[in-house]
Amino acid sequence: MTRTRFSRTGSSEEEAKPTTSSGGGGGTAMRVIVPLQGVVQGRGGLFLGSVIPCALFYFLQLYLRRNRSEPSTPPPPQPTEGEESSPSSSSTGQLAEVSVLQRSLSRSHLSPRSAGGPIFVSGRAVSVAKRGDSPYDVGMRKVSENPYDELENPDGVFQLGLAENKLSLDLVRDWLADNARDAILGGGRSGAELGIGGIASYQPFDGLMELKVAVAGFMSQVMEKSVSFSPSQIILTAGAAAAIEMLSFCLADSGNAFLVPTPYYPCFDRDLKWRSGVEIIPVPCRSADNFSLSIMALDRAFNQAKKRGIKVRGIIISNPSNPVGNLLDRETLYGLLDFAREKNIHIVSNEIFSGSTHGDEEFVSMAEIIDLEDLDRNRVHIVYGLSKDLSLPGFRVGIIYSFNENVLAAAKKLTRFSSISVLSQRLLVSMFSDTKFIQNFIEINRARLRGMYIKFVSGLKQLGIKCIKSNGGFYCWADMRGLICSYSEKGELELWEKLLNIAKVNVTPGSCCHCIEPGWFRFCFTTLTEKDIPVIMERIRKISETCKSSC
Amino acid sequence: MGLEIEQPSAVQLSKIAVSETHGEDSPYFAGWKAYDENPYDELKNPSGVIQMGLAENQVSFDLLEGYLEKHSEASSWGKGASGFRENALFQDYHGLQSFRKAMASFMEQIREGRAKFDPERVVLTAGATAANELLTFILADPGEALLVPTPYYPGFDRDLRWRTGVKIVPIHCDSSNNFQITPQALEAAYNDAEARNIKVRGVLITNPSNPLGATIQRSVLEEILDFATRKNIHLVSDEIYSGSVFSSSEFVSISEVLEARQYKESERVHLVYSLSKDLGLPGFRVGTIYSYNDKVVTTARRMSSFTLISSQTQHLLASMLSDKEFTENYIKTNRERLRKRYQMIIEGLRSAGIECLKGNAGLFCWMNLSPLLEKPTREGELALWSSIVHEVKLNISPGSSCHCSEPGWFRVCFANMSEQTLNVALKRIHNFMEQRDRDRNIISSQ
Repeated sequence: MTRTRFSRTGSSEEEAKPTTSSGGGGGTAMRVIVPLQGVVQGRGGLFLGSVIPCALFYFLQLYLRRNRSEPSTPPPPQPTEGEESSPSSSSTGQLAEVSVLQRSLSRSHLSPRSAGGPIFVSGRAVSVAKRGDSPYDVGMRKVSENPYDELENPDGVFQLGLAENKLSLDLVRDWLADNARDAILGGGRSGAELGIGGIASYQPFDGLMELKVAVAGFMSQVMEKSVSFSPSQIILTAGAAAAIEMLSFCLADSGNAFLVPTPYYPCFDRDLKWRSGVEIIPVPCRSADNFSLSIMALDRAFNQAKKRGIKVRGIIISNPSNPVGNLLDRETLYGLLDFAREKNIHIVSNEIFSGSTHGDEEFVSMAEIIDLEDLDRNRVHIVYGLSKDLSLPGFRVGIIYSFNENVLAAAKKLTRFSSISVLSQRLLVSMFSDTKFIQNFIEINRARLRGMYIKFVSGLKQLGIKCIKSNGGFYCWADMRGLICSYSEKGELELWEKLLNIAKVNVTPGSCCHCIEPGWFRFCFTTLTEKDIPVIMERIRKISETCKSSC
Repeated sequence: MGLEIEQPSAVQLSKIAVSETHGEDSPYFAGWKAYDENPYDELKNPSGVIQMGLAENQVSFDLLEGYLEKHSEASSWGKGASGFRENALFQDYHGLQSFRKAMASFMEQIREGRAKFDPERVVLTAGATAANELLTFILADPGEALLVPTPYYPGFDRDLRWRTGVKIVPIHCDSSNNFQITPQALEAAYNDAEARNIKVRGVLITNPSNPLGATIQRSVLEEILDFATRKNIHLVSDEIYSGSVFSSSEFVSISEVLEARQYKESERVHLVYSLSKDLGLPGFRVGTIYSYNDKVVTTARRMSSFTLISSQTQHLLASMLSDKEFTENYIKTNRERLRKRYQMIIEGLRSAGIECLKGNAGLFCWMNLSPLLEKPTREGELALWSSIVHEVKLNISPGSSCHCSEPGWFRVCFANMSEQTLNVALKRIHNFMEQRDRDRNIISSQ
């Protein structure tokens, strides 16, 4: 992230002060001319030999300046793979302008008016703006422009790239329809203050204690009561993205790094790195091992980082994993803990899909593994949320669960930047207190997940596309290496584009997840109904046929 | 690195996690602790500490309650499938369009149509605290600075600096001209930063001001905008109290200045707003950034992923804020009630012999106790403050926590309590002042 300064030698103070008056321009010209005089030494007399080229140069400067006064139109957007202009954003062309920002900043020193946006934005903003071109974002845009609907828009784009669980939405919707009003205005159920005074005023930023209690109970319930969670170790945040980012800020300094097994959730790049300045060191997992994590690979990555002088502060694991859908077994978890202990680093376990297991394997939370020794407890932190397991992403509920008092204290203070609306908290307290509903929901949801997973995987199998066996989460991790023309990221993205633009199916290419093997794709199956599956499979079949013939 | 053999050391946290920049050990928050330990209650604890350090607006709750009672469908979605799907599932950082429209029109209403707001430029955040931090992340790099006029909201030290690593360089204002911002003060602050090799990226003003409780005059806004233009830096205007101006004609928003200039140089201007103060809904966590700079809008929107407003809350507020009849009535009534409260506290203080800065907005007044100081220093101020908290049992905010360069000023909130409680507080101040007079007479007569 370099910030270009007007990098001529001389006083940095002058660079810092953009002179917009015309006097500044004359000064600029003069600074160049004077040394020139010394260079030119013609036989036609020093005077002529120096004045003429200087005069020419001076007029050249004037000419250039006049024609450079205002950038009247933004520079054309830089073409990137798959880039489309977004209809909703008013800053379409401006996005790419960012990458030429460095130069336009220097232009502002010469132009009398700084119109056209030469004003500075931070390095962090520049890196954020650049991100807009990823397949992840392009796919989202395409879906929002042209979403599939069985009746209204049967040629639209299927959304298989966003992990929303629509399978059990009806259950939540019905509950809310029947109960929301009382829950909010305090029908006395929660026993808390009635009326708006209780929900409108400032409350603890890290969440109402009643909700923490309810969430602790829920977490235990979804993990089949194998472990109990203490409300006093819970910090509530506005969404799990905020929880992950907060932990990144708390556990590492800018320039430090986390080890993250690949393939990983694409948004980790945003959540862990963007604003905190922390690096991710990928720990590659391979198809030969079914993408399971090996401690050896971790160790190798750690040592490589050390050689490069990068300080590793922790490991971030996802369990169940995204995108593969693996569960980490006890042995691996113990191994991770030993490794972290040996290197004296943290472990963050992102368990956001722990209630969405649908296979036969048992889910084991990091919380269950913790020794009674304080040292181990201090290094373990769990991230959770209600967006996946309870189908409520719109409510923005994330959880940091930590055994480290200092982390809890720091994170608590940070929640002022990302706090859940008390309105939603009250509603959730009420919902959680309806234990029958919750139990019912968990069971039905699991069954529906399992059913849809099986159908979807079988559908792909019939097309000759195999998936890694997944035991939890909303995705199938599909092996489409047979369909790509070249065994490379380029080949993968070509297939991705065909799937998006021709088959009109938005899926996530493995490269977005930093998978080291090209040709793997992530399909989310929870946004579908059963009827959609044959439609999708047919579209993919057509593509796979053209792929085989066109390579 | 591998030296931890005998005694494995505890696992380390980041510098940010252990830093003091969150500022929660400052006197501003120490007073809160005193309140938390012994909170006033009219019936149960009439001798407890009265909280006058929290800028919360409770004077118009009944209006909100009335609205919710009448419009219960706003808080749920009924069984309409599409409505629910939109709302429970909705987690797009663009936010509900209906809510953005409602916010934009509400902001226009507060300014009585003197400025227009485009819903496409509204970026939603979970509170103005998040909005200010987000803008700082976008407008400046670590080690760079924002210029902020003193006295300022103590929370800025944390919100603008903690995670961002950005510095605050104060623009000194004093009572000689009612703490107004002058061009000389702006230049001095800028030069001070330069002298310390700190790059200035913007000016952040609060209008109406916290803690002064006064609006910034049009001419001063023009000067600040000109200054920002000359230096080619940003201007952030935190207008979180814009709906709490006692008389609507006295508030000029930077948006009006820009409109009058036909939006020249507007790309450097950004507004922050929130419903926490004007609408008395801090628990809802609703903030917004309104930027005239496309790049900033796009970037802020993406960054707002970390601080989104619950869709359910957006839905409820969208319908409330679109109800023009309700909002018009609310704004008018709220202004009037705040004005009355302000009158009440000013007169009460005056009769106790205490003067305040002439204010016209906000949920607090800026009280001058400098005549009471034993020593005109920060220590003198904190000593006085300590006796007010512990003896008079009023939690007020000392000017030093707001970085005021003149000791002896205090911010006193008046809208977060009932009228009875306010009267109790005024009575205590009265008694305190009388006691001091008596003590002084005794001393001088000895």
